[in-house]
Order: sequence, then structure tokens, then C-alpha cells
Amino acid sequence: MTLAEMPIAARGRVSGMTLPAGTHQRLMEMGLTRGASFQVVRYAPMGDPIEIKVRGYHLSLRKCEAAGILVETVL
Amino acid sequence: MTAELNFAATATLQVALAGNPNCGKTTLFNALTGLRQKVGNYPGVTVEKKAGKFFGSHGQLIEVLDLPGTYSLHGRSPDEAIACEVLLGERADTPRPDVVVAVLDATNLERNLYLLAQIAELRLPMVVALNMVDVAEARSMRVDPAVLQSALGVPVIATVASEKRGIIELKQALSRAVQVAPEHVARMPDAIEAAVKNISSVLMSEHPERRSSARAEALMLLAQPDGSPRLHAAGAIKTIVAAAQVSVKVAGLDPVSDPVEARYAWAAEIVERSVHGGGYSVTISDRLDAVLTHRVWGWVAFLAVLGLMFFCIFTVAQYPMDWINAFVDWLGGRVAAIMPAGELQSLLKDGVIAGAGSVLVFLPQILILFFFIGLLEDTGYMARAAFIMDRLMSRVGLHGKSFIPLLSSFACAIPGIMATRTIENRKDRLATIFIAPFMSCPARLPVYALLIALCFPRGMVPAWEKAALMVGMYVAGMLAAFGTAWLFKRTLLRGETPMLLLELPPYHAPKLRSVAVQMWHRSRIFVYRVGTVILALSIVIWALARYPRPSDPRAPASVAISQSFAGQLGHAMEPAIKPLGFDWRIGIGLVTSFAAREVFVGTMAIVHNIGDDSSGDNDKNMGAIQGALRGDRWPDGRPVFTPLVCVGLMVFYVLALQCVSTVAVVRRETGGWFWPAFQFVYMTGLAYVASLVIYQGGRLLGW
Repeated sequence: MTLAEMPIAARGRVSGMTLPAGTHQRLMEMGLTRGASFQVVRYAPMGDPIEIKVRGYHLSLRKCEAAGILVETVL
Repeated sequence: MTAELNFAATATLQVALAGNPNCGKTTLFNALTGLRQKVGNYPGVTVEKKAGKFFGSHGQLIEVLDLPGTYSLHGRSPDEAIACEVLLGERADTPRPDVVVAVLDATNLERNLYLLAQIAELRLPMVVALNMVDVAEARSMRVDPAVLQSALGVPVIATVASEKRGIIELKQALSRAVQVAPEHVARMPDAIEAAVKNISSVLMSEHPERRSSARAEALMLLAQPDGSPRLHAAGAIKTIVAAAQVSVKVAGLDPVSDPVEARYAWAAEIVERSVHGGGYSVTISDRLDAVLTHRVWGWVAFLAVLGLMFFCIFTVAQYPMDWINAFVDWLGGRVAAIMPAGELQSLLKDGVIAGAGSVLVFLPQILILFFFIGLLEDTGYMARAAFIMDRLMSRVGLHGKSFIPLLSSFACAIPGIMATRTIENRKDRLATIFIAPFMSCPARLPVYALLIALCFPRGMVPAWEKAALMVGMYVAGMLAAFGTAWLFKRTLLRGETPMLLLELPPYHAPKLRSVAVQMWHRSRIFVYRVGTVILALSIVIWALARYPRPSDPRAPASVAISQSFAGQLGHAMEPAIKPLGFDWRIGIGLVTSFAAREVFVGTMAIVHNIGDDSSGDNDKNMGAIQGALRGDRWPDGRPVFTPLVCVGLMVFYVLALQCVSTVAVVRRETGGWFWPAFQFVYMTGLAYVASLVIYQGGRLLGW
């Protein structure tokens, strides 16, 4: 499952990434490392980008990148 | 100049403020330095350099540099790269700091500690400012500075920069004779440490003077994703880095992601020990966001904010603008009264005073724009605007961050173009700069106002139709902008869709002081840059419109201008602009408009012998100008200013790049003449074609 498929308010954990190395590094540096837990906060009014809460702050990224972030849901 | 030399010679300590965006770094900078700051540029790049000074507790002068906010030292945007270069001592124009003040946002410690881990690797002496402890407390979160201090091995000062709490303690810590580098840095897995050792030993032998930061540089080289040109990765180093990357991969690790994970593991462990309480709770920020980014209310709020901003720009600013106009007229009148009529009087009155006046008159609008932008940035709403607008912007291949520069361009393209500096990707930045002047700025308003009035004789059409035509011009500019962006992102500036990574910081009450300081610096740069260019060009255009003087000194001004260089140019242009329905008098207006678009109105006044006021939008002249323009006839007796010509001319003003200041700023920001020249040709060409299609198409339809 990828981050782009998660519904609002769902919690999850990053399990991997299928993105180019530069993008991968950037996302990790923003805190999305393997095992990092997050919660989907909302989608923007037009459905994209997505807003998540990770490591105590709010981060927004596009579905296009979110689709490259593999996640496992946490209940 | 001498003051500057003194400054450099006597400053005993160079301090750099480093931290994430939104950590309160600039507020801290303002609290430390007061107004003893200067804002300039790093040479060669268009990144704002903010330096200031203050006195330490023993009276020593301390120079402090506010580095651009960054999330990582692997800088991608020009802003972020500067922070890294300064900390590494790589910039010839900026000495390597003696001490780094690492600013941490106490409410967001983990991600802030990631950057601190990277800075700590540089082995520079460090003092930590644990900022926004009040906000943390309000969320029943307690960060223990003592635990942090023992974990890092450097002084940690709790601060609330917005209330100047902890500033004295911070100054004291910086005034101590001995400063130390952090003792503990994130430990990397063994295979990475070994690889780093290999690279750093080569770096040390090549640059012995940079021994202390060799480990950090080695880590950066190792973690370069695709051999990007960072650092001195040339020759021998390159092969050693490649070999080291292979050795890391052989050990089953990843040179890019494992160092990041090691630093975050280190940060998480420190957070675990030093942060107490602060479990998840719904904050005021969350509640505000539920409305402000709501599917429906989000748009309502967004449009209301924009509406209020433009209302203030177009109505409130009118009063000071009238005062400035009145002052410029008064000054011109004084000059005319004191000085004998002649060339010098004309140069001063019609060239210098009217020219400078044409810039200054926009200052109230620009100040209001800067005030709103500062307010929106300071409260955190700007990030939400980008969040809401991103989807729309992505349709034409741009992203949410391009929205702010484009919005600013409605007040003036120059601050708009300057605001593109936050865009990381060069192609996106160029595309945004390229389309920014399509946004209708207030300099076009007098032209629109005159032509709309001409289009619809008084009382014949309801006011809302005129307003709709005005709005239509704004929309035409936006369509041209987005169409151009769409076209360019598919051809000339083709590249992968830019990534959007946007932090949505918690809202907080704006600090009027910060907003005011920013307004002051930005408007000063504006007046200086635009004032010099416009002033010089006003004099050139004044000369073009005045010389050669007619042989008969009593000839009316309209004859004089017709025979002047500008008039000759207008006549020479007539064959080229006739297919658009423009005559030579409009041609002169087009030529003089290159100083600033609103000069068109003043030029029309001169050409028709109404006063000799070239400063433009003078209300009392408007009626007279309209009357005169209505009387303009082609040699065969047809009127020149038909509604069709008026619309075509307005569209020409929407699209053409008739602004020398914009050209000058684009040259600065893109670092060469190619982009401004291309932009000029493209926009003016587009304007020509659009007006041609309107006029000829309209004629075919029988208008």
C-alpha cells in the first residue's frame, strides 16, 4: 500500500520508497525515514496535495510522490 | 564605505544563525541586533544576505549573519546551498563563522535536531537557542534544556525570541572566551564510518586547513545521490567517493538513506530523554486549518483574503498616492516658478521630478502589498495558500510556491520576480519569472481607465460593464501567463514535474515588528533599484521627446513632439502598427511607455497639446485627454480611437513587456541578458499578434 491510497485520519508507518535517490533523500530528511509513523490529516480542497502529520509537524506533499512511499497501516 | 571597513576590522566574533524555516530564526536575529542590520545580496547569486551586529556582555562587537532557513545541509535551492557554503567556509565573500547559533523550535524538536546533527558534524563551536519554549509550554510540553545541554555538550539557552526572553543569556553565552563544538554527533553504522574515514583522510591531505570539517564533507560526498557537483568532487576524490559508495553497498547499507536514519535515530533518542508531556491534542492551529483549508470555507477565506488585499491596494493606497502626485506637481510648479524657462528647467521638471514621481507614486501600493505578504508569511497562512493553490498550479506544470510571486506581481512584477527566490528548481523559477509580468500591475490601470472611458462614452453603458472589461483585462493577462507556462513547461523548460514539500507551520499571531522591518528593507530595495533605472530612463525619454527642438520656438508642444526623435520614431513605426489600427500618436505613446506604462497617458496629453505634464495619471487632465483622443482622425477622416482599437490597445498593454525596470530585474535574477531579451521579444510579439487578431478579426466581423 502507498501513502497516496490512505484515507483521512488513517495512521501508518513508512516501510520503503520507490522514488529517485534525490527525492528519496529529501523526503527522508523531512522525517519520512523507514519506520517513521505518521497520520493523514487531510487532502487539499482539490484533492491534491496531501497533508500528513509526521514527527510532530505538518507536511504537505503531492500524491505523485506519496504514491512512491510504501506504507503499512497502523490501527 | 568607511563605516563598513571599520565594522569588519573591529568585529571580534563572527556568529551565524542557522536553523529550519519557521523556527523563529529571523525573530531571534531581530531581537539580537535591533535595527543594526544591513540587507544585501551574496555576490553572484540572488540570495538575500542579512547581517547585523550587537555588543557582547564585555563590550566586544559581534557580527551576526542570519543564514537562510534550511531543513538540511544537502541544499537544493540557492538559499539552502548558501547556508551550507557559509558554514563550510567556502564563500570568498563571507568569512567562515567562529560560532554557530543553532536555533531549535522547541515544539518541533526532532526534525530541528536533524539539521543540528548535520551542523554538529562540521565541528564548529556551537551555542543552541531553544526557541519558542512558550508555545511548547502552552501545549503542556516541557523541553529540558539541561538534558539537551548534557546530550549535546554545548550551551543550550531557552529563548522566546518574540518576547526577547533569553536574549541576554544568549548574548552572555556568545561572549564567553571559549566556545566549544558539540561533543556528541550521530554515530554512523561501521561500514559508513569506515568509508567516511577513507574519504576524509584524502580531503585532509588536500585541504589541511579544513581538517575539522573533513568528516562532514566526506559524509556529504558519500551521500550525494547521483554524483551531483557538490563540493570539490573532482579528480582523485571522485574515484575514492565512488569506491567508498561501493564498499558501503557491499556491506548491505545505503550511502544515501542510512546516514539520514542514523541522525534521526540520534535525534529521536535525545527527544525521548529531554521532552516531557505534550501528547497529541487538537491545537488551535488544527481548528483553524479545519476551516481555512476546508473544501468550501477554504476557498471563501482565500478569496476574502485576496479581496481585502486588493481592496487596500486599489482604494486605501489612493490617498497617499494622491498626496504624492500633488507633491510632485507642487515641486514641478516650484521649479518652474524659480528657474527660468529653458532646457535645464525642462530637464528637472519634466525629466527628473516627473520621472521620479512616476516611481514614487506606486510606493503606497507596494508598501501595502509588502505589508500583506509579510503578514501572511508571518502568520503561516502563505503556506496554506500554496497548499490550496497547488493543484491548479500543477495543471500548468508549476507548483504552489509559484503562486506567491504571481500574486505579488499584481502589485508590481519587480517584488514578484524577487520573490521567486524560494523556488528550488531553476526551470520552475525561470518559468515563474517569465510569466510574472503578464499579471496586470497598477501601472497599467491609468491606461485601462483612459481607454475604457474612451470605449464607452459617458452614460451609455452601465458601470458594471466597464468593470467587467477591466476584470477581463486581468483575466486576459492570467490566461496568457498560464498558457505560456503550460507551453514552456512542455518545450523550452521541460523537466520532471517539480516536487512539492511544504511544511504547514502552526499559525501564530503576527509580529508587527518583524513585518515592519521586512517592509522597510524590501521597499528600500525597491525604491533604490527601480528609482535609479526609471530615473535614468525618464531622462532619456524626456530627451527623445524634446529634441531636436522645432526651429520656431513658439511652435505648440504637439508640433514639437511630432518633430522630436520620439515623434519621428512614432511616424517610422506607423506602417508596422497600422494593421493594429494604431496611428503614429499611439506609436509615440508605445515608445515612451517603455519607461513605465502609465507614461502613455501623459504622452497622449503632450501629443495633443494638453498641458505638459508627463507624470501620467493626472485626474484633472483625464477629461481633456479623452476629449482630444475622441477627436483624433485618420487622414481619411475615420476616427482613430474606435472601441475596437481601444480594446486592441488595452490587450497590447496587458501583454507587452513595456517596463524597463522589469527587464533590469529579470537580468539580475537570471544572471544574463538571454532571458530578459527573450521575454521582451516573446511578450511584445504576443501583444502585437493579439492586437492584430483583435483588430483585423473585428474588422472582418464588421465592427
